[in-house]
Amino acid sequence: MSIWEYANPARFMRFSRTVLPWVSAAAALLILVGLIWGFFFTPDDFRQGSTVKIIYLHVPSATMAINIWVMMLVTSMIWVVRRHHVSVLAAKAAAPIGATMTLIALATGAIWGQPMWGTYWEWDPRLTAFLILFLFYLGYMALWAAIEDPDVAADLTSILCLVGSVFAVISRYAINFWNQGLHQGASLSLDQEENVSDVFWQPLVLSLVGFGFLFLTLVLLRTRTEIRARRLAALKQRERVS
Amino acid sequence: MWALLIRDLTLAVRAGGGFGLSLAFFLIVVVLVPFGVGPQSDVLARIAPGILWVGALLACLLSLDRVFHLDFEDGSLDLLATSPLPLEGVVVIKALAHWLTTGLPLALIAPALAVLLNLPGPGYLWLFVSLALGTPALSMIGAFGAGLTVGLKRGGLLLSLLVLPLYVPTLIFGAEIVRRAVDAQAIGTPLAMLAGLTLAAWACLPFATAAAIRINLR
Amino acid sequence: MEISVTDLSCARGGLPVLSGVSFQLQAGQALVLRGPNGIGKTTLLRTIAGLQPATAGQVQMPEDCVAYAGHADGLKAGLSVEQNLRFWASVYGQREISAAVGAFALTPLLDRLAHDLSAGQKRRLGLARLLVTGRPLWIFDEPTVSLDAENTRLFAEMVDRHLQGGGMALMATHIDMGLSQARVLDLTLFKADLTALAQDSFLDEGV
Repeated sequence: MSIWEYANPARFMRFSRTVLPWVSAAAALLILVGLIWGFFFTPDDFRQGSTVKIIYLHVPSATMAINIWVMMLVTSMIWVVRRHHVSVLAAKAAAPIGATMTLIALATGAIWGQPMWGTYWEWDPRLTAFLILFLFYLGYMALWAAIEDPDVAADLTSILCLVGSVFAVISRYAINFWNQGLHQGASLSLDQEENVSDVFWQPLVLSLVGFGFLFLTLVLLRTRTEIRARRLAALKQRERVS
Repeated sequence: MWALLIRDLTLAVRAGGGFGLSLAFFLIVVVLVPFGVGPQSDVLARIAPGILWVGALLACLLSLDRVFHLDFEDGSLDLLATSPLPLEGVVVIKALAHWLTTGLPLALIAPALAVLLNLPGPGYLWLFVSLALGTPALSMIGAFGAGLTVGLKRGGLLLSLLVLPLYVPTLIFGAEIVRRAVDAQAIGTPLAMLAGLTLAAWACLPFATAAAIRINLR
Repeated sequence: MEISVTDLSCARGGLPVLSGVSFQLQAGQALVLRGPNGIGKTTLLRTIAGLQPATAGQVQMPEDCVAYAGHADGLKAGLSVEQNLRFWASVYGQREISAAVGAFALTPLLDRLAHDLSAGQKRRLGLARLLVTGRPLWIFDEPTVSLDAENTRLFAEMVDRHLQGGGMALMATHIDMGLSQARVLDLTLFKADLTALAQDSFLDEGV
């Protein structure tokens, strides 16, 4: 059976009802273990002290903030090409989660930045890029909210998502050009050079995966709500016609 | 095509067309800034490139909701969409008309306003060049936002929210050119990037804008 | 030249309004759409004009064939009558506007701004616009609104001349204009029923 069959709302509802308890349990477990391990059972960094432990919130939320936009781009394009309503509703459902993740990443970054850089806010390229990403999320959600016809809204927000993605990438490079910044290098990367050491690495991965499951839980829940809302609208319409 | 351009330009300069409003707005922004930051000429000289670019950008934003909305309201957009003109071409012409009536005049008066902000000597030429090169991108990106919101009754505020984040790269490269010119640094890179942005916007966005308008018309 | 519409369904605001609309139109013929308010006349006309997609069925016609005249006249208040006409003429690659001026006796109004015209005069200008398009199929949506009896007659003459010249016309109107070659299509026959609505996947009981 193909993945497209889940684009049928009824089938998606059945599927999401089955997996939701498992996904949410996995999210809770992984985040709890990752955070407790990270917060209480890792040594303090020799330079950064205990403040370094905020990476267990900062890095996963920042990772999710970007990946959620990518997910919205993919689901929006699926809507444009294949006209599956569930797909675009998932993009709509993901946007507020992405905005929240961006906000968490910005807030934890500011809290971390205070002891490290001596200031809550610095126009560092990465911080700035996340601020711009937050504005993109706001615009996307505002466009959804402004248009009444759901199909028109889906089409227009998909176009905005596509164009916005291109501009987000251009903005990222423009911001890099504008200010070289003092943000530390990648915490996790495949070439081992600038990675954090193993003791920090393991709970961080747990927390990252946990945030992934958390997003999955939330996006499934919110998509279910959106689908129910569409069903309600369709039922009301049928009532009016008959 | 030319007929459409001439019609839009005629309408813009006729009474009620709003031509000149953005110039006045630009002037007011530039006049207000010293009241906010104080009259020290060295401070003003330092922030002048940024203020002039931000002011021009906001002035550009002001007239965007007219680009398609007036034609949408009086039914012309329906007729243009069924006419032999490709809608992408209509978008290009409309954005061009917007640039000719807003962006180009802004670029032309910007050096005059720069005097008020005490912009250092080498900046004047590059202020004009960067605005002349960058405002077409602002018009085209703005036309895209206007196409997205053309069906909405009160789309003006939403239009600003959608368009301003898209203006970030243009603003960065544009203002950087002037800052570097003032500091006597090499300006080749930001100049090339700004020109690239403008060309890319004019090459790609008409398609996205036309698609958005078609969706809004149905 | 022939236009054929087969099994066309269309929707307004996501709600199906018409389904299974089929008709043919030969050169020299006119078709008048009838039906109560809200039946979907405007939606059908806009679908055929290509302004919105059909939910099912197809419209077959030669390319670049339609000139559409909707509720709004698409006039620019800041331009004169002549400028308005000349603009649309050049959009359609035409130069001559005298036929359009003559059809509705617009000569005395040529230099007036569209802003200063009465509702009926604006409508006359909006309808005369079709003569500068050079397109064979004219689509009208309630063309006679705000026209007096005399101008309604002029309009009927204009359409008749167009039909005699091998053109076609498709219009939604309530009044009988005495067009010589007009057939009437009652749209109540094609009203979309609830079965069309039931295909909405969100109405599935499992949702």
